[in-house]
Amino acid sequence: MAAVGAAAAVVPLVAQMNPDASTIAAGAPIEVDLTPVAEGQDIKVFWRGKPIYISHRTKKQIEDAQSVNVSSLPDPQPDSARVKEGKDQWLVVIGICTHLGCIPIAHEGAYNGFFCPCHGSVYDTSGRIRSGPAPLNLAVPPYSFVSDTKIKIG
Amino acid sequence: MSGPSTFQPTNPAIKWIERRLPIFGLVHASFVAYPTPRNLNYFWTFGGILSMMLGVQIVTGVILAMHYTPHVDMAFNSVESIVRDVNYGWLLRYLHSNGASMFFIAVYIHMFRGLYYGSYKEPREVLWILGVIIYLLMMATGFMGYVLPWGQMSFWGATVITNLFSAIPYVGDSIVTLLWGGYSVGNPTLNRFFSLHYLLPFVIAGVVVLHVWALHVAGQNNPAGVEPKTDKDTVPFTPYATIKDSFAMVCFMIFFAWFVFYVPNYLGDPDNYIQANPGVTPAHIVPEWYYLPFYAILRSIPSKLGGVIAMFGAIVVLAFLPWLDSARTRSSRYRPLAKQFFWIFVAVCIVLGWLGGKPAEGIYVIAGRVLTACYFAYFLIVLPLLSRIERPKALPNSIADDVLGKGGTSRAMASSLLALVLAGGLIVAGGVHSARAADEHGGATPPSLKWSFAGPFGKFDRAQLQRGYKVYKEVCSTCHSMNLLHYRNLADAGGPGFTPAQALAVASDTTVKDGPNDAGEMFDRPGRLADPFPKPFPNENAGRAANGGAYPPDLSLMAKARNYDRGFPQFIFDFFTQFQEKGPNYIDALLQGYVDPPPADFKLPEGAYYNKYYPDHAIKMPKPISDDQVAYDDGTPTKVENYAKDVATFLMWTAEPHLEARKRMGLQVMIFLVILASLLYFTKKRVWSAVH
Repeated sequence: MAAVGAAAAVVPLVAQMNPDASTIAAGAPIEVDLTPVAEGQDIKVFWRGKPIYISHRTKKQIEDAQSVNVSSLPDPQPDSARVKEGKDQWLVVIGICTHLGCIPIAHEGAYNGFFCPCHGSVYDTSGRIRSGPAPLNLAVPPYSFVSDTKIKIG
Repeated sequence: MSGPSTFQPTNPAIKWIERRLPIFGLVHASFVAYPTPRNLNYFWTFGGILSMMLGVQIVTGVILAMHYTPHVDMAFNSVESIVRDVNYGWLLRYLHSNGASMFFIAVYIHMFRGLYYGSYKEPREVLWILGVIIYLLMMATGFMGYVLPWGQMSFWGATVITNLFSAIPYVGDSIVTLLWGGYSVGNPTLNRFFSLHYLLPFVIAGVVVLHVWALHVAGQNNPAGVEPKTDKDTVPFTPYATIKDSFAMVCFMIFFAWFVFYVPNYLGDPDNYIQANPGVTPAHIVPEWYYLPFYAILRSIPSKLGGVIAMFGAIVVLAFLPWLDSARTRSSRYRPLAKQFFWIFVAVCIVLGWLGGKPAEGIYVIAGRVLTACYFAYFLIVLPLLSRIERPKALPNSIADDVLGKGGTSRAMASSLLALVLAGGLIVAGGVHSARAADEHGGATPPSLKWSFAGPFGKFDRAQLQRGYKVYKEVCSTCHSMNLLHYRNLADAGGPGFTPAQALAVASDTTVKDGPNDAGEMFDRPGRLADPFPKPFPNENAGRAANGGAYPPDLSLMAKARNYDRGFPQFIFDFFTQFQEKGPNYIDALLQGYVDPPPADFKLPEGAYYNKYYPDHAIKMPKPISDDQVAYDDGTPTKVENYAKDVATFLMWTAEPHLEARKRMGLQVMIFLVILASLLYFTKKRVWSAVH
């Protein structure tokens, strides 16, 4: 009985460490207007304190991303699974290296995708890991198209 | 702490207390009458030194906490205001930040001593494990303390280290969110780290009590590794150990004071003088020097989870040492093979530390893997094997025999170990230094200039500071802010030497927006001494918009936030020559480093300018100053080289306003400590003359 009581007392003591109500509220979905982003450009927005890269990919970048032999990748995923259908030109990824959390630089590295300056991970134009210590592809945040030129992240 | 006390008080007050709480008897038994082996060398003084450092850290830390604000918007500036405005705040802060490094230097010597002389062997296993727990707590405390100033390295160090936990399968991400209290490192993280950083030293103090208790039950080990048998083998703790420990502590304080007063930023990272920015990752993230060997192990394992396991395993394996090494002979003095492997192991640790500061690429990764294998092999293969196959040399019959029988061999070994540890520390420091430079690829090394404020007696040249201020005000301040400076600082001792009236005149030339007044409206008024220097742009975005996307950085700390590689072995000499002028050298060189047109083979991006000394050469700031642009009243030639040197001097003062007071106090402290050390040395010789 006392053990149950002690265990119950631990719950609030640990739960207080999780994000509080204001942090959760501040992490609500955001809308981003895509019209100012020209082809070949990208923007960085912050959502939940994390940088989100929104890239307007060129034809060549899309082709590069789609023509890869998926099974040869460290974290196999086709490009189509990382963008919304019919919106191939827009790549939305969380700009946090899956190794140890640094912010990769866009339009850098051997694949003209992302390059992490901390430990040298290289990502392609689909944000997939190609070389370096990172185990996974750059994460795709939950998002949807509100209209043709506007997305909602979160 | 063992057996009935022999303490016989005569003072009635002490008698009265003693009957109710035998605390004086306890102290007497533990620190006065306690028998200590008479052959201990100076490596046995580091326990006392560590207790002293724990005390220093707790006292300075509690005081710093009275002035510090744990909030992401204010932490960085609150640390700077401690250094600038709090009485002796610069001293307390440098004592605390360098004290952490001293603590780790002492603990590493203490641990290697235990390793060499087999101090973890029966019956001291629990004593050793308590030590490993203290070491783990120290690492956690040190890490969280490094986050508190909220500089770039604080923030990104916290990000990388907390992300280690995301390697745990299934629950990793939830654990990281729990640690952060948010979706990234932020204000809740800083607050809880502050709370824990304040708590853990007291937990350490508690475990230290257990550690000392266990020590006093088992008794001290000694260089011969044989237990004391008769009274001839031991001497009472007081006066023998007390005086020897005191002498060693004062010597250690001299070493400590050298860092605090003369090279306070030698072990720090210049990036930590830039406020944390979640949007920009520094090119090369390095932890504090004392974590570097483990960081190297982390990075040499190609799998993320594997790296984390190896890193923690490298520390946890220490706790199993008493059972991995089952050899009967304690001291490596009598174990010819173990002795050689010990020194190889020390070298492996030092080189791992050096690799930890290097970028993770090419040969460094391969070397890191080989040495990680060596590290684990020492504990898991070499020591278990040696304890089975090694034939130790004959042990002395008793400690007394050991003292009488041998000459100066152990002393030679002692000093060589100390020299090696010091050299190792410097090599690791060099790893950090060159790591920082490795990312600044492409920038030429600035020439080393002569500065009036360099060296142990350095002072600012008042006229030069005033000229530098003029250049800053007429040129730099149109784009660069100087957030940490106030008009009152112009009249501060050790500064440009304005009178308060002159400083007020400068201040009242400006208009400051104040209010609201009784009618609820904002109004303009002339500046006052307490006002900060005006900002050129209302916010960062305005600054970016006006400067082609590049925000002109704040200049308050610029002279401490910039760095370049001095190379091996120069950085070792820099420690002894107290070289601390990389920042001013760089600023001076940069202002004179513009080349127009750029070299033919260099592709200059749109809107950038070519500068020899800027990393990657393409700088967004146009050449800021030319000959005869600022008028000088004192006849100094109005040439760019003079402007550059004057403004670099001024920026050194804005970055380190109490530099003169620091060096002045340093001299006094050094003289005092050297005299005290020599008095203690001769006292110690007299006390010990009967036993030697």
